[in-house]
Amino acid sequence: MNQTPSRPALLDVRGLSVTFDTERGPATVVRELDLTVAPGETVAVVGESGSGKSVTALAITRLIDYAGGRITGGQILFTDRTGRQRDLAIEPPETMRQLRGPDIAMVFQEPMTSLNPVLTVGAQIAEAITQHQGLNEKSAREEARRLLERVRIPEATRQLDRYPFQLSGGMRQRVMIAMALSCRPRLLIADEPTTALDVTVQAQVLRLMRSLQQELGMGLIFITHDMGVVAEMADRVVVMQHGRVVETGEVVELFTKPRHPYTKMLLDAVPVLGALADHPLPAPFIIGDEPHVEQDTVRHEATPVLELEGLTTRFDVRRGFRLVGRIHAAEQVSLTVAPGETLALVGESGCGKTTTGRSIIRLEQPLGGTIRVNGEDVSKLNPAREKRMRRAIQFIFQDPFASLDPRMTVGFSIAEPIHTHKLAHGPAVRERVQTLLGQVGLLPEHIDRYPHEMSGGQRQRVCIARALASEPSLIIADEAVAALDVSIRAQVVNLLMDLQTRLGLSYLFISHDMAVVERVSHRVAVMYLGQIVEIGPRQAVFGDPQHAYTRRLLAAVPVPDPARRSRHEGLDDSEVPSPLRRPNDMPVVAPLVRVGEGHFVARHSVGGMY
Amino acid sequence: MSATTIGTAAIRTPFGEFWRRFRTKRMALFSLGLIVVLVLAAALAPWIAPYDQATPDYDALLEGPTWAHLAGTDTYGRDIFSRMIWGGQVSLTVGFLSVVLGCVVGVSLGIISGFFGGWLDGLMMRIMDVMLAFPGILPAIAVVAILGPGIVNVIYAIALSAVPVFARLVRGTTLALKQTLYVQASRSIGVSRTKLMFVHILPGTMPAVIVYASLRMGTSILTAAALSFIGLGAQPPSPEWGAMLSDGRSYLGVADHVTIFPGMAILITVLAFNLLGDGLRDALDQKLRT
Repeated sequence: MNQTPSRPALLDVRGLSVTFDTERGPATVVRELDLTVAPGETVAVVGESGSGKSVTALAITRLIDYAGGRITGGQILFTDRTGRQRDLAIEPPETMRQLRGPDIAMVFQEPMTSLNPVLTVGAQIAEAITQHQGLNEKSAREEARRLLERVRIPEATRQLDRYPFQLSGGMRQRVMIAMALSCRPRLLIADEPTTALDVTVQAQVLRLMRSLQQELGMGLIFITHDMGVVAEMADRVVVMQHGRVVETGEVVELFTKPRHPYTKMLLDAVPVLGALADHPLPAPFIIGDEPHVEQDTVRHEATPVLELEGLTTRFDVRRGFRLVGRIHAAEQVSLTVAPGETLALVGESGCGKTTTGRSIIRLEQPLGGTIRVNGEDVSKLNPAREKRMRRAIQFIFQDPFASLDPRMTVGFSIAEPIHTHKLAHGPAVRERVQTLLGQVGLLPEHIDRYPHEMSGGQRQRVCIARALASEPSLIIADEAVAALDVSIRAQVVNLLMDLQTRLGLSYLFISHDMAVVERVSHRVAVMYLGQIVEIGPRQAVFGDPQHAYTRRLLAAVPVPDPARRSRHEGLDDSEVPSPLRRPNDMPVVAPLVRVGEGHFVARHSVGGMY
Repeated sequence: MSATTIGTAAIRTPFGEFWRRFRTKRMALFSLGLIVVLVLAAALAPWIAPYDQATPDYDALLEGPTWAHLAGTDTYGRDIFSRMIWGGQVSLTVGFLSVVLGCVVGVSLGIISGFFGGWLDGLMMRIMDVMLAFPGILPAIAVVAILGPGIVNVIYAIALSAVPVFARLVRGTTLALKQTLYVQASRSIGVSRTKLMFVHILPGTMPAVIVYASLRMGTSILTAAALSFIGLGAQPPSPEWGAMLSDGRSYLGVADHVTIFPGMAILITVLAFNLLGDGLRDALDQKLRT
C-alpha cells in the first residue's frame, strides 16, 4: 500500500476478516483484507463471483450485520466529516446508521430492486434528504430536482413524479446514484453498478460517476468483475480471489505488469475488442500457450441451415379490451446461416434479438415471414415438420440454472431430447449421455447430480450437452456466456468453437458483448429497434461500421487498457427510443443497401439513426 | 452475489433437501409422531383395544372413567376408549380417502386448466368458483341428501368439496411453472405436452399440494364428524367419532365423558394434521435453490 503520509486515508481497512455461520459451521469469506482509499481516489475491487468483494463492501458499511455475516477480525478505520477517525468494525449500530448516507453511501447492482416500487422517484430522494439534512418537504423536493439534473436526467421536474417501473434501467441507476449523492458522502461504494446495464448506457453511467466524483472529491470503491470497467475507472486496483487480496497496485502498472498469476489469468481471459481486427476468421481465446487457430468451418456452397425472410413478431399491448399499442420486437428480419457458420446477432436489450431467436423455435408466435430450416419451410408447422425442426435447432438460454428442471438430475435433462426424438433406447441412452458429458468437458459421474450441486460454468456445459443431444445442425445461443465469470466465459466460448470444428455446427450467437462476438462469429447482424440495421462479415462490420448505431455500440465497449481512457466524449446521454408504437403507426422498413462484399446496411431512418 | 454461494449444500436429492429443513420443525415432527401413533392404534385396534367396541355391558352404563374403563362407558355400557380406537379406523379412513379422491380430481383439473388456458380454463374455473361460493359443509350435506346417508357417500361428499380448492391451487402453480425457463427449454426441444405436464409441471405443484392435503385431512375429519353428528354420516352403532358425539349429546351434564373423550380425539387429530401442515409448508414452500 503506497499511501502518501501527508494525505490521511479516508478509509483504512486493516486485516479485515468476515465469517458467515452456515449449517456446516463457520465459513470465512474474507481473510485479512487490507484496503485504503484516499479522498478523491477510485479503488477498484475486482474478482470473480465468490471472491468476497461484495462481502467486503457490506462489511465496510456494516450492512453485513443484516446479511448474516460477522466481522471476526481487523479494523475499518474511517475518517468522518468532523475529521474524527472511527473504527467501523466496532461502532454501535446507531452510529453506523448516522454514518450511512452522509458519510458512506452505497449503490447496488440491481437498480430495480433497490428502489421502492410503490413510491415516486422524487419521494424517495426527498426522504433521504429530509432524513439527514432536516430540510422541509418543499425544499427537499427542490433539492431532489437539482440532484436529478446533476445526474443528467432529462426533464427532471417531470421525472420526480414517476415511479421506478416507468424508468429505463439506466435512468433508475442514475436515480440510485442521485440518492447516494444526496448527502455529499465522503465515500461511495458502488457494487457492480453497471453490470445490469447495456454497454452504451454503461458508458454513460461510468462517465457520469467519474465526473461527479471529481466534482465532489469523494473516495470511490468500485466493485466489478469487468476488467474493461476497471481500466476505465480506477486509480488503484485490488484483485481478490477466494476472499484474499492477491495483488494491489496502480491501475496502469497492474495492467501492464501483472505480478500474480491470477491477475495475469484474469487479464488474459478478458476479451479485447479489436484483437482479431487483422484476421477475417474467428479464433478461440488463447488460454495459456495454445496456438492461434482460425475457425475455417463455413460451407458456403451448401444449403443454409437457417433462412429467415421478413420474420416479424409483434406483441399487442392492451388496456382492458382496447389495443393501445404494439411492441415491434422483430420487423422484417431476414438472414441466413450457412452450415458451420456462426452468425452473431448483436444489439442492446429490447432490440429484438432474443425475440428473433425465440420466434425461430416458436417460443413466440411470429406474425409473418418465412423460416426455412435445412431448406424446409417450417413457417406453417405440422406435427412431423415441427418435430424435425425441434431436433435440428436447439436453444441455449442465458441462465443455465433456470433452464434446467431443479427437480431432475442433469442426466435426465440431457437424456430428454434423446427420448423425445427416440435417438436411443435402454442402456444406450445413459451411455450417450455420458459421452455428451465428456464432449463438454464434464465427468461421467456428473450424470446423477442435480443442477444446484454444480457451478455456473458446469451448468452451462450441461445445457450445451443437452443441446448437442439431438444432433442439431443449428444452436441458437441466447447470451449463453453472459452470466459467466470471465475465465469460465473464455472456456465455454472455446468449447462452443471446438464443437463447431468437430461437429460442423452452426450458431446463431445472440449477444450484447462485442468483444466475445468478435471472437466467435464469421458474420455479424446488428439489430436496433426490431430491425437489422447492418449485416456483413465480422471484419467488415467491426472494422468499417457503416451504420451510426453500430459505431455507437462499438465505441461504448470498455477497453481493458487504462491508457486508452475517455474515448466516450462523443457519447450523448440520449435514451434508446421505445419499440412500442401506436396500433396503426408502422415503422419504416426498407431493404438494406449493399456497401461491400456481403455487407449490407440500412439507409432509411430507424429510430432517427442512419 | 458472494453471500449466496456460501451455503451450497451437498444435498443429493430434493427429498434430502426437504428433510434437512423439516427436521428442525419440532412441533411438526411431534405432530407427525402423534399421527403415526393414531394411525397405528387404529390399524391395530383388534389387538390393542381392551374391549370389543360393540359388546354392551348393562352392568356398567354411563360409568365415568375408571381403571377398568379409561374413558368410561356409554349408554349401552360399551367401553368408550375402545370405541375411540376403533373409531379412528373410520375417521382416518374417511379423511384420507376423501382427501386423496378430491386431490386427484382437483389436481388433474387444475393442471389441465392452467396448462391449456383459454375458454376451457375460463369455464372450469367459473364452475370451481360456484362450488367455492357455498360455505364449507353445505355442498356436502346436499350430496349426502341426494345419495343418501352413509359413510361411503360422506367420502364422496367431502371429496367433492375439496376438488375446487385443489384445482385452484394447482392451476395457479401451473400458470407460474408454465412460464419458467426450464419448461420453455423442454418445450423448445419438442417434449410433448403430456410429458411437460406430468414430468416437469406436476412435481413442481407437489409441495403446495402436499401441504394443503395435510391441512385438508384435518378439515375432512372434522366435516365427516359433523355429518355423522347430524346423522348423515356413519350410522349407529358405528364408533365413528362424530357419531359418538351424537350419542352422548343427550347426556351432557349427566355424563360429560361420553362426548368429551371422542371430542378430544377429534381435536387432537385435527390439530396434529394442522401443525404438520404448517411444518410442511415451512419446509417445502421455499424454492429449491442453493
